[in-house]
Amino acid sequence: MSYGGFVNMTVETEIVEIAVRTIGVSGAATLLAALWGIPLGILLGLKRFRGRRVIVGFFNAMMGLPAVALGLLLYLLFSQSGPLGFLHLLYTPLVIVLGQAVLITPITVSFTTSTIEAIDPEIKDLATTLGASETEASMAVLKESIGGVLLAVAASFNRAIAELGVAIMVGGNLRGLTRVLTTSIALETTRAELDLGIALTIILLVIVFAVNASVNMLQSRVRSWLWK
Amino acid sequence: MITLTDVTKQYGNITALKNISLEVVKGEVFSVIGPNGSGKTTLLRIMAGIEAPTKGTVIFNGEEVDEKNLVKLRRRGTMVFQKTTLFNTTVFGNIAYGLKLRQFPQQEIKERVTDALDIVKLHGYEERLAKSLSGGEQQRVALARALALDTDVLFLDEPTANLDPKSVSVIEETITWINRERNTTVILATHNMYQAETLGNRTILLINGEISQIGQSKEIFTLPSTQLADFTRVENIFSGISTMRAEGTPIVTLDNGLKIEAAHGSGGRVTLFIRPEDIILSKERIVSSARNVFAGQIAGIIDLGPLVKLRVDAGREFLVQITKRSFIEMRLNIDSQVFLTFKASSVHVL
Repeated sequence: MSYGGFVNMTVETEIVEIAVRTIGVSGAATLLAALWGIPLGILLGLKRFRGRRVIVGFFNAMMGLPAVALGLLLYLLFSQSGPLGFLHLLYTPLVIVLGQAVLITPITVSFTTSTIEAIDPEIKDLATTLGASETEASMAVLKESIGGVLLAVAASFNRAIAELGVAIMVGGNLRGLTRVLTTSIALETTRAELDLGIALTIILLVIVFAVNASVNMLQSRVRSWLWK
Repeated sequence: MITLTDVTKQYGNITALKNISLEVVKGEVFSVIGPNGSGKTTLLRIMAGIEAPTKGTVIFNGEEVDEKNLVKLRRRGTMVFQKTTLFNTTVFGNIAYGLKLRQFPQQEIKERVTDALDIVKLHGYEERLAKSLSGGEQQRVALARALALDTDVLFLDEPTANLDPKSVSVIEETITWINRERNTTVILATHNMYQAETLGNRTILLINGEISQIGQSKEIFTLPSTQLADFTRVENIFSGISTMRAEGTPIVTLDNGLKIEAAHGSGGRVTLFIRPEDIILSKERIVSSARNVFAGQIAGIIDLGPLVKLRVDAGREFLVQITKRSFIEMRLNIDSQVFLTFKASSVHVL
């Protein structure tokens, strides 16, 4: 393969495209996981019911799920001969979004649950004695937990954007379609294109740090907005 | 105001309260004293409607508390917890919370917050972040938050435990003030018997979830009760033989022969205590009306910030509390020769 001036330009645009796709895919996965994970985490944190311990334990254990294991499972589900093969989702960005969302859901749920559990009894008692009903007291607990919930979302995003197993196994690292930062770093490194691998890694790190820094700044904004 | 009948509270196998029946009268300061784990907090939480009893009934202002009227009746009182709990927002946000729930107009919320902060001597603290304040200030914010609601009953669970002396005195003054000026019924749990004695009209002594004594605070603290002296951290507590003198005042001979004069008390074996702050410390012998003067030397120094406690060996070891200023100005040190002086009326005979 030769790299002339023309090709180099496309390499740059391709890098930008990959970075944008990565943020889009992992961002969508994070939103999806937040959509069902935060309410579930709140429920598990606030309510006491039979089987709750088991569910909490399940999500805690699933935080350690290896991405490749999930990737393989999803591959079997979505491959031509698999039960969901008729959806023709294999090697599309959508299936990476779904896969990453499943991968990070345990993080969203467990972090949300534990932050609410930590805050619950005292704040609930306080709100109650100041005149809150059961619902109002739960709202107060939520408000106090906002920092932990944002942390849950940030940690989920971090796992999604950093994972390789799902993206490579069900995404296939197709150029221009499903190639994301981690898959291209792996590819370039195996091809001995170390400069490119390092450059892509730096981009990945910058994205992660930027997102986490903005979540940090957002925290106090959201808090003061909630108390308005 | 609040009547408990046969109230029992169990947490699993543990019985926190056993068949408690009592009545709190409107406008009184009712103190609950007892050692840690005796059920004081649980008793307050049940009276405040935060927890339901396992057995028994709670009647609030003539209405029996049940599921339906719980939120309504609970709003007639509010509680300040031993462990200061604040919302993670400004001081204003904290104090305004209960007022907003009660849907007070903006202007009135502002006024009430300002007034409440003035009462606890935290004027102008509205926009500070509550959690950035010192421990004592935080507890005063918690008290202000309760005051702003102007409820019929105020529950205080060891409100001054582990606080600095200034915050303790502000909180104690506020308790007295709110009871006198607003006629708020105050229910105070404490293990500080001076506090129960000085603030409370009536006191119950709770031991292992049961009422061990109930009565006027003064009676409780003058009647001999070893249970009481056992757990309260009473300093300068001595026992000895009391003999009544002709004019009717007792003189107590301690086991090592030291004689202490008291103003009230009875004959026979007695226990007595003297508050560390009631003892005057001097380098020369003071000639005064005080009946008890002992020479001794400083055996230990305990630094409490603005205050200093000294252990003085005067035949028996006495604990004396003085200000840091006096301590420095008198140039005291270990082994300094000092005199202890206290009035017969400062000697509390149990």
